[in-house]
Amino acid sequence: MTEALVNMVLLTLMAIVTVGVVRTRNLFGVVMLGSAYSFLMASVMIVLDAVDVAMTEASVGAGISTVLMLSVLYLTKSRETVPTHTPLIPLVLSLGMAIMLFYGVSGLPPFGAADTMVNQSEVSTYYLQNSIRDTGVPNVVTSVLASYRGFDTLGETTVIFTAGVGVLMLLRGRRKRNAEPKKEA
Amino acid sequence: MRPDAILQIMSKLLLPFILVFALYVQFHGDYGPGGGFQAGVITAAAVILYAITFGLAPAQRAAPPWIAELMMPTGVLIFTGVGVVSLFKGGNFLNYTVLGHDQVHAQEWGILLVEIGVFVTVAGTMTTIFYAFAGRGR
Amino acid sequence: MAILTEVIQHYNQWVTIFLMVAGLYIVIARGNMIKTLVGLSLFQTSVYLLYLSPGKILGGTPPILDKAFSVYSNPLPHVLILTAIVVGVATLALGLALVVRINEAYGTIEEDEIVDMDKDGHA
Repeated sequence: MTEALVNMVLLTLMAIVTVGVVRTRNLFGVVMLGSAYSFLMASVMIVLDAVDVAMTEASVGAGISTVLMLSVLYLTKSRETVPTHTPLIPLVLSLGMAIMLFYGVSGLPPFGAADTMVNQSEVSTYYLQNSIRDTGVPNVVTSVLASYRGFDTLGETTVIFTAGVGVLMLLRGRRKRNAEPKKEA
Repeated sequence: MRPDAILQIMSKLLLPFILVFALYVQFHGDYGPGGGFQAGVITAAAVILYAITFGLAPAQRAAPPWIAELMMPTGVLIFTGVGVVSLFKGGNFLNYTVLGHDQVHAQEWGILLVEIGVFVTVAGTMTTIFYAFAGRGR
Repeated sequence: MAILTEVIQHYNQWVTIFLMVAGLYIVIARGNMIKTLVGLSLFQTSVYLLYLSPGKILGGTPPILDKAFSVYSNPLPHVLILTAIVVGVATLALGLALVVRINEAYGTIEEDEIVDMDKDGHA
């Protein structure tokens, strides 16, 4: 019961921060609110018993993302221009999608139930019962990530490597100020 | 006293603890929350903190860009290397059981090496991306 | 009282939908590229919440095996979302690099101005 209440309070704070992100014009404020949002998300993940995920979200979402966005803000400008007309079609589209999703979500099982199909699946129960016998590692998330589903982790590492190569290709070489043309292709 | 003296003194005090914490998260990922990704990002965060408080040039003297760029493919190489060694020893690709004499020992070796590979790649990539953004002239 | 249990049971899903729709609105309605990227990361984070909520068991513990506990939360969504978070930050880094290059080529990061510049035949 306390868990559910703490969960609800944190989620309400996240919704308030999101409204702030939509309404703010100052881009610096938007980036800072995004960082606060990531920290709140990490807290919600701890209440949901996802401790590995919470650590990753706190360090990656609230750390690296914020630093990169601030450095890009330094390189561009920091104020969003006010639009001339209210965007009607995106608003209608978003509200329509929200209504459809609200209707669709009413069939989902209640929060925290132990007898849903997700929690009774034989894959999860196999991992929880046999992780120590097969791999000797008590942290089930690490053993699934590194041993039972190691191929996915190999693909993920390659994706990070590709992102690094892509950023290097785009941003390699220092741009001089109005003096000479850009050096790289 | 310069205005950023407090930041510089506190960063110098905190940096060794951040780096040791990253290694702790890496090697205790088996027994608590943690693993390669979190440890790599925390290491990159330590380098970024040093660059923010002391300037980009001292940070690039301490953690040179060529080392960070070299770390990016090395991690993927370690990961794939574990798989290829399993192939040579008679098992399938990334089958850790054939790496040692006993199933549990071999799995622990495999998981350790794979997480080290992930750590090296993530730390190198995050540092490289930060250097690429911060080194761009305006 | 019944409405309170109803709210507690479905609150996670309602807030997930709100965050998802807010992120989508930012992506399609705003023209500033940095704000679009922030909206995209909001959208992605709401999807993480959508995956992690059904895995939680009230009265369970995090999935780290120990002799003192017997009910653990479901570890499978945690593994999938860990991968998704890291892939999300890789996409964000590439998107931000593109924003920097676009800014250097056009001088602005507002989509309306860039479309106008392209129509006028900017080099």
